[in-house]
Amino acid sequence: MGKVLMKGNEAIAEAAIRAGCLNYFAYPITPQSEVAEYLSRRMPEVGGVFLQGESEVAVSYMIFGAAAAGARVFTTSSSPGISLMSEGVSYIIGAQCPAVFVNIMRGGPGLGGILPSQADYNQATRGIGHGDGHLLVLAPASVQEAVEMVMQAFPLAEKYRNPVMVLGDGLIGQMMEPVEFPDHLKTEPSDKDDWATTGMDTRKSDKRNLVRSLFLDPVQLNENNLALKRKYEQMKKEEVRFEQYNTDSDYKVLIVSYGTMSRVCKTAIDMLGEQGFAVGLVRPLTVFPFPEEAVNKAAAKKGCEAVLSVEMSMGQMVDDIERSVRGSCPVHWYGKCGGEVPTPEEVIEAVKQLM
Amino acid sequence: MQSEVMFAGFGGQGILLIGKILAHAAMEEGFEVAWIPSYGPEMRGGTAYCTVVISDRPIGSPIIKNPLHLVAMNRPSLEKFAPAVKPNGVILVNSSLIDIDCGRQDVDELRVPVVDIAQKIGNPRAANIVALAAFVARSRIVSIDTLKKCVEHEFQKKAKLIPLNLKAVEEGVKAAG
Repeated sequence: MGKVLMKGNEAIAEAAIRAGCLNYFAYPITPQSEVAEYLSRRMPEVGGVFLQGESEVAVSYMIFGAAAAGARVFTTSSSPGISLMSEGVSYIIGAQCPAVFVNIMRGGPGLGGILPSQADYNQATRGIGHGDGHLLVLAPASVQEAVEMVMQAFPLAEKYRNPVMVLGDGLIGQMMEPVEFPDHLKTEPSDKDDWATTGMDTRKSDKRNLVRSLFLDPVQLNENNLALKRKYEQMKKEEVRFEQYNTDSDYKVLIVSYGTMSRVCKTAIDMLGEQGFAVGLVRPLTVFPFPEEAVNKAAAKKGCEAVLSVEMSMGQMVDDIERSVRGSCPVHWYGKCGGEVPTPEEVIEAVKQLM
Repeated sequence: MQSEVMFAGFGGQGILLIGKILAHAAMEEGFEVAWIPSYGPEMRGGTAYCTVVISDRPIGSPIIKNPLHLVAMNRPSLEKFAPAVKPNGVILVNSSLIDIDCGRQDVDELRVPVVDIAQKIGNPRAANIVALAAFVARSRIVSIDTLKKCVEHEFQKKAKLIPLNLKAVEEGVKAAG
């Protein structure tokens, strides 16, 4: 199969199938409803299941149930819908089950709008629900990358027995771009009989798997949280991904930006280069774990005088950047949060104010 | 080299579809492409538009404020978007529905009565394909052969519409002069 022109939402749906995921539960919401529309046709073709829940809360527990039974499962939603799922996500984290969540972000708070946004950064990177927990969060900047990240998300979720989120925005969902699908994933979670409720034959074994997030014994609960913490530490060591752009130049300003916004920044950086201004970019591909060391090194580079976070939120990523920069230079913010994607010209203006 | 084409008109005129066909044709010719729809809370009968970005290198910002070209299928979209078009671009005006000109001296204005032409060949709903073909012929953004292949591909599931739409391509090319 060569390149095909596909809408982000449809490509995400197809990617999940090619990742071997045959279980999809969802509730429609703009700007990601095409995923459900596509899978309502496609899942029956491949012998899979698409069930529309009565609400996103219900969906999150359908995901929990399938994941607890050892099935590959995913859902897609957009900001307000993800908030409703947050309870189930917390349970899934606590019970250490693998599942994939896709958030095609729209503006908030509340119902907000339906246009692109990145205002769920804190929600996504801080675990979404209650308790000590995180999701591993991948942030695509193109339809191709959304496909690749969805396909990577399933093995990552299984490696850590923890939910993984693909954090896109309305533009990624609605835009059409050429995509080339990677080969089908052949892998199966190998260890699921060790933990999942797979209906083991009790005549052959008296081993009993129990999936739960309730630990009334404080020592056990503390141990469960320590186990989660160890997983997040391991993610920080093994899963950090980022891209650098124009960082070989002698830049005075370093931009940190992810997803759709980072593409606009790349164009702005090219245009600034033509005007004789060098600007570097670090683009997190994982926003949790955040590429702390890469941002730290790029900000500490000789000549770098300021770091600019460019995001479609009111500066939610600034905390992570400041934590990474550790005071080597000031961290500024530029962004918009109403659904308009800032233009390269607007990013250029924001950069020039720092020069 | 990057060019951007904005297609705009009423909802129902097949605006998003012709943008998609152009994006597909450009992809077939080896270009990087992005198709960006308007998906705001539009009114029924309100404006629909999409932008197609075509480039010989990876596309950075897909958000385009000033497109190189415009295909305007109704008057509100001509009035709204003509001032944003870059100098030397093509503005295709659907003169069946638009009785004003684009008001720009620094662009190549091509007036084509696309609805009348489509009516003449049997179906006014093919007006969008007439407009797309006339625009492609004037801008030479992709070849007419590739365009025809992609029109056929688009209608492969409704094969009985293929002859009409290929005729629409021919008439559009002719109208572009």
